[in-house]
Amino acid sequence: MSAIILYITFVLLFTMGLFALIFKRNLIKIVIALNILDSGMNLFFITLGYRHNATAPIFTLLPWDTHITMVLPTPQALILTNIVIGFATTALMLGVAILTYRNNKTLDTRKLRGVEEL
Amino acid sequence: MIKHVPVLLVAIPLVVAFMLPIIGMVNRTIRTITAGVAIVIIMVLSYLLIQDVMICKKIFYYMVGSPDPTALFEHGLTFPIRIALKIDQFSLLFIIMATTLSFLFYLFSSQYIEENERKNYFTVLYVCMVAGMMGMLIANDLFTFFVFLEILSISSSALVSFRTERKHPPYAGYKYMFVSSIATSFFLLGIAFLYAQYGSFNIDYLKKVMDGTVLDKIAIVMLILPLAMKCGVVPMHMWIPDTYSEAPAPISSMVKLGSLICLYGLFRIAFTFGSHVYVSYELGILFILFGVLSMFVGVTQALIQKDVKRLMAFHAVSQVGYMLLGVGVGLSVIKSGDASFAIYGKIAMIGGLFHVINNALYKGLLFLTSGIMVRHYKTRDLNVMHGLAHYDKFTALVFMIAALAISGIPPLNGFVSKLIIYESVFHYNPLLTLIAIFVSVLTLASFMKVFYSAFLGMPPERKPVEQPILVKFSMVILSIIIVAIGLFPQGIIKLLIEPAVNALATF
Repeated sequence: MSAIILYITFVLLFTMGLFALIFKRNLIKIVIALNILDSGMNLFFITLGYRHNATAPIFTLLPWDTHITMVLPTPQALILTNIVIGFATTALMLGVAILTYRNNKTLDTRKLRGVEEL
Repeated sequence: MIKHVPVLLVAIPLVVAFMLPIIGMVNRTIRTITAGVAIVIIMVLSYLLIQDVMICKKIFYYMVGSPDPTALFEHGLTFPIRIALKIDQFSLLFIIMATTLSFLFYLFSSQYIEENERKNYFTVLYVCMVAGMMGMLIANDLFTFFVFLEILSISSSALVSFRTERKHPPYAGYKYMFVSSIATSFFLLGIAFLYAQYGSFNIDYLKKVMDGTVLDKIAIVMLILPLAMKCGVVPMHMWIPDTYSEAPAPISSMVKLGSLICLYGLFRIAFTFGSHVYVSYELGILFILFGVLSMFVGVTQALIQKDVKRLMAFHAVSQVGYMLLGVGVGLSVIKSGDASFAIYGKIAMIGGLFHVINNALYKGLLFLTSGIMVRHYKTRDLNVMHGLAHYDKFTALVFMIAALAISGIPPLNGFVSKLIIYESVFHYNPLLTLIAIFVSVLTLASFMKVFYSAFLGMPPERKPVEQPILVKFSMVILSIIIVAIGLFPQGIIKLLIEPAVNALATF
C-alpha cells in the first residue's frame, strides 16, 4: 500500500518538474525544476527496491537462521551516486546562472540570446 | 598486464585529473606535460588492444571488485550486479578514435589557450572529459554508462563556458547543461524501467532475459531519445549552434567528439535491445528519418549563416545525419530474413561507421582552423573577414583540406565514406541517395563561401601572428590522417571498421 503512495508521489513530482521545465522562464527556477525532477527519479528508484516488512540490507547484524527479508541494496547505492551527480549539476548550473546574470543583467530566457551580435 | 587494460583506460585519466591542480601549483609546465602523458598512455594502451581484439577477435571483460576480475562465469558474475566493463571490436573502434583525437586536440589546446591561473581548471576538466568518454565506451552496464555520461556532460559544459568574462559563453554552458540534465534524467527513467522488470543493469544479462513487453519498448525509447538529443539530431538540435560557437576552438572539437561517443551509445542500445525485442525495423526507420531530417535541416540552416562557427556547428548537425542514415539502413534490414542485409545493409553500416571516424577527423580540424581565424580577426562575422591566405598560407591549406573532405571531394576521406553510403543506400531507396548527394553539394557551396570570404580577397590590415609549433603540429597530423585515409581506405576498413560492424550486427 505504501509503495503505491510512493509511486503516486513520484508521478506527481515528475509531472511538476516537467511542467516547470516547460513553462518557467527564469534560469534559477529551471534549476529548481530539474532538482524536483531528479528527486522524483530518486524516489522512484528507491521505491523499486522497497520490500514490505523488510529490514535494512546489512548482513552482519542478522542472525544466520532468520527468514527476514531485506530491501534491495543496489538501488540505494545507485541513488547515492545519483544524488551526488545531481548536486554537482545543480552547483554548476547555479554558478553559470550567476555568471549569466553578471554579464547580461537578466535571468529571463526570453531576453537572453545565445547569439553574439555581429 | 593486458587483461587490466579496460580498467586502466578509465582509471589513468581519472586519477591524473585530480592530481593536476596540485602539480599545477608547483609548476605549470610539468602539469601540462603530465596531462599530455596521461592521454598518450591511454592512447598507446588502446593501440595495444588492436592485435587481440580486432585480429584475434577476443573480447575483454572486466568485473570491477570481484576476486578475479576477468573470470566471467565461475565466480566473477554469479550475481549480475557489478560494475562490468567490456571491450569488443565496436567499442575499440571508438576508443581508438577518441584517444587519438583527444590527444591531438590536447596538443592544440596546450598552446592555443593562453597561460593563466584558469588553465589549471581547463586541464583538469579536459582530462575529466577524456575519462568520461572512456568510461562510456567500455561500460557494459547501463548505470556505469549513465554515470560517465554525466561526468562527460558536466565537464564539457563547464568548458563550454570557459571564457566567463565574455557575455555569452556562460549562457551557452547553461543551455548545454540544461539539455544534458534533461536527457540524463529521462535516460535514468529508462534504466529504472528495465531494472524494475529484470533486476539488473548489465547489458549482456538484460539482452538475455528481455522478452519484449510494452514496458521494454517504452524503456528502449527512453534510452534512445536522450542519446539522440545529446548527438544533436534535428528535432533536438537547438543547443548545438550556441554550444559549439561559444566554446573555445579545441573544446568545440572535443564536444563534437563527445557527441559522437553518445552516437556510440545510441547504436549499441539500438542494436543490442532493438534487434532482440524485434523493434529493429521501426528503429531503423526512425534512424533514417532522423538522418534525413538532420542532413537537410542542418545544411540549409548552415547556408544562411554569417557566423563562421555557427556555420560549422550546423554542418556538424548535418553530418550526423549521414551516419544515422547509413547505420539506420543496416538496422532496418538486419532482421528482415532475406539476403538484403548481406547485399547492402552491412555495407551501409560500414559506410556509416567509417563516416563517424572521418567526420571526427575533419570536423575537429575545421573547428581548430576556425579558432585561428577567430583569433586573428577578433570576430566571427564572415562579412568582416578577408584575405588571410595572403599571409597565413598554412591555415589556408589546412582549411582547404578539411573543407574539401567534408564536402566529399575525391582524394580525401569524406568522399570514400559518402560514396559507400550513396551506393548501399541506393539499393534501399534511391530517393535517400538523391537527398544525400544534394546535401553534399550544398555543403560544398557553403564551405566555398567561407573559404572565399575568410581567405581570399584584399590582404588584411595587420599581419597574423605566427602560430605556435604544437598548434601547427596537431593540425598537420590531422590533415595527414585525412589524406592518408582518403588514399588508402581499404586498409582501415579491413582492420577496424569491418570487425566493428560484425560485432555490432551479431551483438
